[in-house]
Amino acid sequence: MFETIWFVIWGVAWAVYFMLDGFDLGLGTLFPFLAKNETEKRILVNAMGPFWDGNEVWLITAGGVTFAAFPRAYAIMFSGLYTPLMLLLFALILRGVAFEFRGKEEGRAWRAIWDTCLVVGSFLPALLLGVAFANIFAGLPLDAAGIFHGNLFTLLNPYGLLGGVLFVLIFAVHGALWLTTRTEGELQARAGRMATSLWWAEAVVAVAFLALTWFSTRLWQNVLAKPLLLILPLLAVAGLLSLRVFAAKGAWWKAWFASSALILGAVLFGVAGLFPNLLPSSLDPAASVTAFNAASSPLTLKIMLGVVLCFLPVVIGYQLWVYLKFRDTLNAESIGKGPAY
Amino acid sequence: MDVLALSRLQFAVATYFHFLFVPLTLGLSMLVAIMETMYVRSGDEDYKRMTKFWGKLFLINFAVGIVTGLTLEFQFGTNWSRYSAYVGDIFGSLLAIEATAAFFLESTFIAVWFFGWEKLSKKAHATTIWLVAIASNISAFWILVANAWMQHPVGFVLRNGRAELSDFFAVITQRFAILEFIHTLGGAYLTAGFFVLGISAWHLIRKHETAFFKKSFRVAAAWTLAFALFEIAQGHMNAEILSSSQPTKLAAMEAHWETGRNVPMHLIAWPDAKGERNAVQSLSVPSGLSLLATYSTGGEVKGLKDYPASERPPVLPVFLSFRAMVGLAFVFLAVGLWAWLKRHQIESRSTFLRVLPWLIPLPYLANELGWTIAELGRQPWIVYGLMKTSDAVSPIAVSQVGTSLVAFFLVYALLGAVDFYLLFKFARKGPEAAPAAAK
Repeated sequence: MFETIWFVIWGVAWAVYFMLDGFDLGLGTLFPFLAKNETEKRILVNAMGPFWDGNEVWLITAGGVTFAAFPRAYAIMFSGLYTPLMLLLFALILRGVAFEFRGKEEGRAWRAIWDTCLVVGSFLPALLLGVAFANIFAGLPLDAAGIFHGNLFTLLNPYGLLGGVLFVLIFAVHGALWLTTRTEGELQARAGRMATSLWWAEAVVAVAFLALTWFSTRLWQNVLAKPLLLILPLLAVAGLLSLRVFAAKGAWWKAWFASSALILGAVLFGVAGLFPNLLPSSLDPAASVTAFNAASSPLTLKIMLGVVLCFLPVVIGYQLWVYLKFRDTLNAESIGKGPAY
Repeated sequence: MDVLALSRLQFAVATYFHFLFVPLTLGLSMLVAIMETMYVRSGDEDYKRMTKFWGKLFLINFAVGIVTGLTLEFQFGTNWSRYSAYVGDIFGSLLAIEATAAFFLESTFIAVWFFGWEKLSKKAHATTIWLVAIASNISAFWILVANAWMQHPVGFVLRNGRAELSDFFAVITQRFAILEFIHTLGGAYLTAGFFVLGISAWHLIRKHETAFFKKSFRVAAAWTLAFALFEIAQGHMNAEILSSSQPTKLAAMEAHWETGRNVPMHLIAWPDAKGERNAVQSLSVPSGLSLLATYSTGGEVKGLKDYPASERPPVLPVFLSFRAMVGLAFVFLAVGLWAWLKRHQIESRSTFLRVLPWLIPLPYLANELGWTIAELGRQPWIVYGLMKTSDAVSPIAVSQVGTSLVAFFLVYALLGAVDFYLLFKFARKGPEAAPAAAK
């Protein structure tokens, strides 16, 4: 019972993280393609400015939920995926300081260094998380003792790589759409064109990934066993299609919400398809790490549920307030006078 | 080196480095919040300029503190997976509470504070920096409760091959945790006090913005004196609690070998771990250690020889760190007292002003020495008496840890260099010109 509730919280934390920080990661990835001059670069950075740090805490929370509710899964995942997680960590470190550092000196070389950190620090997490999750969907080479029999290259199989490309594309479209909601004129038009042209690649890779998922994982079989859960992949597909329709009409906010629906639907489909596994084993199904064999004690799960029920609604409340407070349009004038990165 | 040694080194690098930034965040957030409150109450534009100037330095420091904090959450899983699986039921929960109850608040409102000068009312804006300050201090509470549990595990049972929570309240209210929390905060507040005193002094000696920096100096002088007094009085309690909860750490701190009563305290000593004795000891205070540790001259204090050599921490570094930390505390008290006494005519005290900027690193040093005592003094245990550090390490390859360790050295050296460069640059630049002067 509590294990199931915590499995859902675990999945939702990841889904919300991808929905929120996804646009930061995507916009960071597209940085060199969208911003043509220093003013536009600053507009891009400030379009994420008030949000990226609070968004990143959802990743900490997803990790924290794994540690608190499923310590054995946390231990096996983080040690087994040592190298990709270290790469993810360094990427996030460089992205974080890039925001603070880039505007602190005028020189071109200085800004170029931190712009590079921002781009690499956004692209790499998107790719790594995609590769990691696709591999988790397909199963990791884990033995009964939870030892990971592989290395970084084990993860770079075709399905894993396709997952990585899919994440990068989804976030890129999500980020470009975010920029359209906060800008005007030529930059907004350029971001809109970027989103609509990347959409085709996103759609093709998404369809290919969903098809391969049938052969490489048990997600579809698990979801089909409880047909009500089909609502999740349907939500993702509806999000993907309506995104294109809204973007064509220039209804940018609606397009961004459609993209959010795509992310939530896709991630929750993956999570629902995994249940009760957190880390399925490709070597021996009995060696899989599940919500039941990795869970914390009932007392811990109960106390932590109380904590989450108390605090998360408040967190969602004030984060929503921040999004509403900082939804004004950015332009050369507005980033010139007020406080800005 | 093996995976264990490399992982310990990596953890030490990551933690020492992270803790170069945390104390200033904890202390300066409070000071900036106080400055902005003074601005809201008095309407004095100088206080607004103070808030912005010290706030800018706060943000530069904060950025690296945040990103290096990520490393710690990752490392328990990547390098200490056996530890994480064994105690995650308790330790993982405390970290998760920190994220949901404090870290969200801190990370969300730091941005609102920075971007919100024009968008919020004066009072609402000052509230956001208080939220940041309080959240970072609450964050410290949960982290230190988690660390205190490693130092002195309570409220658990051994079941299903791991430590499981049995009494949450005992974990979060144990005396060890409360003492560790307030001791760490005291050190953090002193760090911020010396930071503001030192930078103010640098400008005062150059007769730059004298009124502005005198105000900053006065705020920091009272603050520094208060926390220097607090830290010395309170620090004693942290040592005293070890006599019952971590006797091997206390014995190493004092280079005390033979269990006994009426144990003297040697003001000068040099431990010889191989010979299980002190090579040098003199200027002894009779029954001094017994009195400090047990409040009775006849109190028994356990010596290191009561424990097998395999269960003793490395004596010399723990002993030296403790001596140096305590010595520094008295320097802080003297400086705090002098700064406070002379605060009204401080601009005429040029020798003192010239020395102050050089003292900024001392609280940083004391903080790191404190963690050296806490963590090295707990060895060979990762959870005192419950799990050895050598049993906690992940089943990973030497090449993996070796590579990441090199990467940590490189990336952290870059971050440290850039961050200290920016702190220097903006500290020297001083505040933005006052509105009247700008016209």
